Amino acid sequence: MNNFIDDTIAAISTSTMTSGGISVIRLSGPKAIDIADKVFKSKRNILLSEVDSHTVHYGNIINPDIDEIIDEVLCIVMKAPNTYTRENVVEIDCHGGILVTRKVLEAVLKAGARPAEPGEFTKRAFLNGRIDLSQAEAVIDVINSKNEYALKSSVSQLDGKLSEKIRDIREILLKHVAYIEAALDDPEHISLENYVDNVLYDVDKCVDNVDKLLKTADNGRIMRDGIRTVILGKTNAGKSSLLNALAKEERAIVTDIEGTTRDVLEEQINLGGIVLNLIDTAGIRETEDYVESIGVEKAKKYAKDADLIIYVVDCSRPLDNNDDEIISIIKDKKVLVLLNKSDMEAVVTKEDISAHMDCKSVSISAKNRDGLDELEETVKDMFFTGKISFNEEVYITNARHKNLLNDALASLKLVKEGIESGMSEDFLTIDMMTAYEKLGLIIGEEVEDDLADKIFREFCMGK
Amino acid sequence: MPNICENYDVVVVGAGHAGCEAALAAARLGLNTICFTVSCESIALMPCNPNIGGSSKGHLVREVDALGGEMGKNIDATFIQSKMLNKSKGPAVHSLRAQADKQEYTKRMRMVMENTDNLLVRQAEVTEIIVEDNVIKGVKTLSGAVYNAKAVILCTGVYLKAKCIHGEVSYATGPNGLQAANHLTQSLLDNGIEIQRFKTGTPARVDKRSIDFSKMAEQLGDEKIVPFSFTTDPDSIQKEQVSCWLTYTNEDTHKIIMDNIDRSPLYAGVIQGTGPRYCPSIEDKVMRFADKDRHQVFIEPEGLYTNEMYLGGMSSSLPEDVQYVMYRTVPGLENAKIVRNAYAIEYDCISAVQLKSSLEFKNISGLFAAGQFNGSSGYEEAAAQGIIAGINAAQFIKGEEPLVLDRSEAYIGVLIDDLVTKESTEPYRMMTSRAEYRLILRQDNADLRLTKYGYKVGLIDEERMQGVLEKERLIAEEVERVKHVNIGTTGIIQDIIRENGSTELTNGATLAELIKRPELSYDVLAPVDKHRPELRADVAEQVNINLKYEGYIERQMRQVEHFKKLENKIIPDAIDYLAISGLRKEAMQKLDKFKPRSIGQASRISGVSPADISVLLVYMEQFRRKDKESN
Repeated sequence: MNNFIDDTIAAISTSTMTSGGISVIRLSGPKAIDIADKVFKSKRNILLSEVDSHTVHYGNIINPDIDEIIDEVLCIVMKAPNTYTRENVVEIDCHGGILVTRKVLEAVLKAGARPAEPGEFTKRAFLNGRIDLSQAEAVIDVINSKNEYALKSSVSQLDGKLSEKIRDIREILLKHVAYIEAALDDPEHISLENYVDNVLYDVDKCVDNVDKLLKTADNGRIMRDGIRTVILGKTNAGKSSLLNALAKEERAIVTDIEGTTRDVLEEQINLGGIVLNLIDTAGIRETEDYVESIGVEKAKKYAKDADLIIYVVDCSRPLDNNDDEIISIIKDKKVLVLLNKSDMEAVVTKEDISAHMDCKSVSISAKNRDGLDELEETVKDMFFTGKISFNEEVYITNARHKNLLNDALASLKLVKEGIESGMSEDFLTIDMMTAYEKLGLIIGEEVEDDLADKIFREFCMGK
Repeated sequence: MPNICENYDVVVVGAGHAGCEAALAAARLGLNTICFTVSCESIALMPCNPNIGGSSKGHLVREVDALGGEMGKNIDATFIQSKMLNKSKGPAVHSLRAQADKQEYTKRMRMVMENTDNLLVRQAEVTEIIVEDNVIKGVKTLSGAVYNAKAVILCTGVYLKAKCIHGEVSYATGPNGLQAANHLTQSLLDNGIEIQRFKTGTPARVDKRSIDFSKMAEQLGDEKIVPFSFTTDPDSIQKEQVSCWLTYTNEDTHKIIMDNIDRSPLYAGVIQGTGPRYCPSIEDKVMRFADKDRHQVFIEPEGLYTNEMYLGGMSSSLPEDVQYVMYRTVPGLENAKIVRNAYAIEYDCISAVQLKSSLEFKNISGLFAAGQFNGSSGYEEAAAQGIIAGINAAQFIKGEEPLVLDRSEAYIGVLIDDLVTKESTEPYRMMTSRAEYRLILRQDNADLRLTKYGYKVGLIDEERMQGVLEKERLIAEEVERVKHVNIGTTGIIQDIIRENGSTELTNGATLAELIKRPELSYDVLAPVDKHRPELRADVAEQVNINLKYEGYIERQMRQVEHFKKLENKIIPDAIDYLAISGLRKEAMQKLDKFKPRSIGQASRISGVSPADISVLLVYMEQFRRKDKESN
């Protein structure tokens, strides 16, 4: 449960998607200034806790663990009550792009802040009387819209394998906790003799697995925190070639046989500082092939959730039923049309496309890597003019997940410590249950009565 | 025809474990109280297992005692065997359990009830509640007599439309053939109370003379008996104890059950009520846990006055003839003679989500409910709710705030909070794993946690309160002292360490640090602690626990701090959830139905998300400001 109302929260409060621009990380809460002091080293060697309110300070954000400089920043200290939230607020302006911004946020979280819930700054501003009563409804709207987006991203951005791994770990933990608790509840029926050996063995494995997940998180693979970009196009329009051209590695299977891209492939690329999550889909066409038709269904689904759709048209072939189908799926979305195969004779022109839908189009040759610069410029343009919107909640979700993994790891380590120092089983289950809950928050599962249910279901107890 | 009409402050319906505590609390708080029972001989009856306490239930008994209840004293006076369970585990899961002499237990409680000022026990069946404009006015009995009251507490246990079943036979009676209460349900329904049907069961009782104990393992009581009540002098209850016996079912038993499963009313669909999964009948165990080739059977005496023995672990609703054969497959029971059949019992009860945390009905002012009627199971769970309902009926009449214990203060708090916030499909049973802060909610410190509340409402006298405050002071002082006692690497300490299998000291350490080692304790370190004051055993125990588990306890205390902040955000009664447009529909309906007391409680309702809680907080602030403006 993260609804504490008087701890210190942090979030990235501007868009993180520009590598050249400035990102602001905002802290709010009673310990905002103390926490900032733990990660900020002023050039003039002063402590933020000693400076006047509403002053700007120049210095470095450091990773306190290894004393490494993360970024050169400006820190703005604003003391309660004259701030947006009426709490102590610190804003860290950094300019190092997405990776650095992420690291600064992580440093702040490690130093004791908690990732803000959706709309939480606004909520605090209201609860602390900063926002006028007449705007209460608007505040509720902000909370709801941000939350909806966060929920969507939190679930959809977790890849299936990750959820599965987390579920596996939780299952192991619940199994042991249920056994131990059943035995404590009914000591005359169920014995705990030597049981702790099983626990140690499995907790060791869990520690390794959570560790691995954390490392994945560091590589930015835990969540796809970019603009969800779906590549659509009929079969053999050159979607996979485009992906490869952009990703500069041969990930998709590219052949001349129609329908060879069976799976939805994902690739994260940095296009001039803007992060795109490219999702390649099987070409859309009516098909009898079962495996492929699943791919088509997925493509439709992905298109629905996308921030941006890149529609690849084979300009060497006339538009057909398949194109009509695609256009009907995407015509109300943010679409960029790529007229591919510009190296061949064009039978489809920009005008042909604009007759069907209102969108930008660019001619390229994925094969020869021609027109990619124009593509980049167009995407940037769409982004900066606000044609592609992106919500920082996605980014926060990643930080939140990582924080939860760290919490779970800490609890699992306490279980190990407990075993090593000879604590009895009833202590171990407390920390195991904490780890179980933290992991559950990542995959969006509430604890409810999991434990009691499991005990009753699997253990034969009582009179 | 003129009918009797009398006036009381409090009417208690039922004199089981909930009813007794409720009636005693109300009467002891000075309110004129009448307690109805279908039979004066069945006050505080134990119709199922012959014991009090056990894992987490022992905690409840201690807590009832600390608040000024009777259950602990009653079992201390009437037990015939006593055992502290989980003694080799941490202190949070130590649990006291005592075998009762059932008849003595009932007799003593009846005496206490009948000799309490302001309290009248009345044998009659209550058939109606009288409600006017959502306010309780009293009750009516079968004879038409009216008892006006300012508060009514329903503690009907398993008696509402009770039906006992075994095999093809069923009787419309309560337990032990006692009269069922067949009318009250309709009156409750008429007043907008929703009713559900639950089921539970009990095993057969057999004649001791027909049992061959040589084929069973003897289960002895503890050598040193620990009392339940904080007021009982441990020395006064050390006595000779009676044994229990352990035997097992086997494949023959299971075969008989499987062969006759179609004759089980549960499996034949005759029983519709939902039974508890944690207390399954033997046929349930055999069907659901087919891989187990045997199940334990505890043979427990029902008292010193009788030869009846309770067959713990083998409750059943199979037909009589199957019971005969089935029980006789168990080693030691080959010639068993059944005195009473096993049976299942179905009864009407409510989902307690209709209640506030004070146990008062949300939609009928002055009407309270406690015990199995609220969908719980167990004598101890009943007593725990009973004392709270009794106290809160009194608080209600006096115009005082209700006593609500939260989840960080007591198992009673966990119990009631679970009952009023979770819709349950089976009778609710207490378990230590349900208490998130169980390291703090130990049975050994129930007095330190709760005596103050009993004192505040008036159930605990000045002397007892002072005693607890003094104990608190002694513990704090001694903990502080021990933290500053330095122990050098002397020969004596190394000897003690070696004797207890711990690793020898290379440097000096404080006494507190040494106590933290799992092999050592406050007591074994006495020889190196030269200035140790003379302390009572219960004080020394607290010092040991507080120091030994300091890290764990502190972590839970920090969690409790967070928990309290949300718990203390009380939601105003006047709030209209259906008017909060920002809530998701499911949350809106759930909140409207449950009407949670606090933000903390709201967040525990399934279907209410953190975002809904945020919206609710914003709305509450809006509500508060508007309220301020209009004043």
